[in-house]
Amino acid sequence: MKFLLVEDNLDLANAVTSRMLMDGHVVDHAEKIEDAKLFSDTGEYDLILLDIMLPDGDGRSFLEHHRAKKRDTPVIVLTARSQVSDRISLLDLGADDYMTKPFDHAELQARVRAVLRRNHGSSQPVITVGDVSFDPVAGQMRVKGAPVKLRNRELRLFELLINAPNQIFSKQKLCDRLFTFDEDVSENAIEVYIGRLRKHLEPSSVTITTHRGLGYRLDQR
Amino acid sequence: MKDRREGKVNTSGSLRNTLMVSLIGGAVVLAVILYLVVRTYAAQIAQSTQDRILSASITSILDAAAIRNDTLSVELPYSAFSILSTQADDRFFYAIYQDGEFLSGYDRMVHAQTPPGEVRFESGRYDGSDLRIATASRRLVGGSERTTLSVTVAQTQENLAGVLNRISRNAALLGFGFFALMTLLSLWLTYATITPLTRLAASVQRRGAEDLRPVAAPVPAEMAPLVGALNSFMGRLSHSLDQSEEFIAEAAHRVRTPLATVRSYAETTLQRVDKLENRQALRSMVRAIDESSRAAGQLLDHAMITFRADHLNKETLNLTELTQELIQAMRPIAEMKDVELDLMAHDDVQTEGDAILIQNAMRNLIDNALKYAPFETAITVKVLANPTRIKVRDYGPGFPVEEIDELATRFRRGTNSDGIIGSGLGLTIASDVATAHGGSLILTNPAEGGACATLSL
Repeated sequence: MKFLLVEDNLDLANAVTSRMLMDGHVVDHAEKIEDAKLFSDTGEYDLILLDIMLPDGDGRSFLEHHRAKKRDTPVIVLTARSQVSDRISLLDLGADDYMTKPFDHAELQARVRAVLRRNHGSSQPVITVGDVSFDPVAGQMRVKGAPVKLRNRELRLFELLINAPNQIFSKQKLCDRLFTFDEDVSENAIEVYIGRLRKHLEPSSVTITTHRGLGYRLDQR
Repeated sequence: MKDRREGKVNTSGSLRNTLMVSLIGGAVVLAVILYLVVRTYAAQIAQSTQDRILSASITSILDAAAIRNDTLSVELPYSAFSILSTQADDRFFYAIYQDGEFLSGYDRMVHAQTPPGEVRFESGRYDGSDLRIATASRRLVGGSERTTLSVTVAQTQENLAGVLNRISRNAALLGFGFFALMTLLSLWLTYATITPLTRLAASVQRRGAEDLRPVAAPVPAEMAPLVGALNSFMGRLSHSLDQSEEFIAEAAHRVRTPLATVRSYAETTLQRVDKLENRQALRSMVRAIDESSRAAGQLLDHAMITFRADHLNKETLNLTELTQELIQAMRPIAEMKDVELDLMAHDDVQTEGDAILIQNAMRNLIDNALKYAPFETAITVKVLANPTRIKVRDYGPGFPVEEIDELATRFRRGTNSDGIIGSGLGLTIASDVATAHGGSLILTNPAEGGACATLSL
């Protein structure tokens, strides 16, 4: 996915960018409202991440500009303020969602997905491996064309695996992606989800193989 | 809450009472003095009138006396008694003495010696009546005869007493009228003096929490220093409030932005390292960041709510819509844990309240439920009317039974909260919001398990 990150703090921007690159996203970074306008006027983005306190004004003025141009690229606002002290509902101002800094990237992903699902707009192609397809935005897995209902964690696990078929993922990597930091779960918890996915994949040509001591991999039979 | 807003004021006496007491007290004293003066003066006038009549009567008797052929002849003229007749039928007495010897009249009269040409007046009592007695004497010379004739005339004072009573009654009426007039005047005066003060107090009290504009309504010149001081105080207060709100927002921004940087890097690094102890260190780091940013946020929220609790920004709101909006915002977090977030609400539950505060309280309750709810369970949020309340129910371990009443106290965390990030302020905030709306936060462990928090408004 292609993101536009509007954030004046370079350190934070770098940190967020490198974290998102890791998930395979592309990020353009604008430091000021001016730049952000230029980027959003010339480029196509799946989603805009907007800091609200910027050196050349309030991020809300970018939102107004953005909505005035009738663009439907969703915007998620990143704010360091408290909603109680701000007393302004950012959603009323035309943002699709907001998150308070510091934020959890897994939560950001979840919100991005929710926003994109609501807006039905994304350049994300449907991924197909064998007779299994996956629509990352809708969070829809199909086995031989038939939709399969997945729980959120199963879905995120499957997304990781199908995004890089033939790559082995260690249990700990998968745990990192699946569980939040306040959940202390043992790595073995992942086995439950792998088991469930295998069950869903049973009728298909795709399978998840265990590589002892290394982890799991999505393979075609 | 109300008491705190009005504040405890150290009072010494009351301006209104002081004014009223001194004005009405003054009126009483003046009225009594007026009554006494009028009465005394009237009594004196009445007395001197009687005295003049008595004296005229004596004079006419004395004048009628003469020495003819060396014998004293006293003829009592009719006029001497007719002028003494009164409406009250006062009785009168007379006695005539020659050189101290009783000559004629009423012999039991006290006889007083007076020098000639002078009338002497006395008051006395006789037969149960007040008596005014006048005595005068005259030296008569005729041939070889020299004699002193002395006459005493006395009159009862029935008529005088009647006159005095009438005058006293009128004087009393006058005094009372004066008192009544003065009382009305003092009431008006007190009212006129106090009104600008109470009007100012009311106009300051009526203001909304955010209204720190100077007082613009005209006030009497004497109150100008007070109002001037008040205006300048409010100006400074408004300035410092603006500054501190800006400061808080700026401080939050300054603290949270670097925290976000650290967290992002830590997350990125965590994906890259394999060594268990490094991974554990990074996880602890992220948890510490989450804990501190959450604590900072909730402390700020708690401070804001405590401040606002006295000045709620109340409006009519649709509690159902408000809850729907919040649940939509929180659903992605719930989904990450595979927890269902269900809303069960009557259509359009209306309530009076502060939308942001209520939403914040609900957010804290749902947040709590999300933290303790096991994977793949449901959290139900119910919006109920009559009385208006919101129930948040989860199927987690429930509240620790022995501490259930103290959980809403500041920084108090349940004994079963090990390993769960929290500041111990969430339930306090929810409870404060409920109290500010005249409701309460009730925590229960339903029999079927789990925890249930009821926020009533």
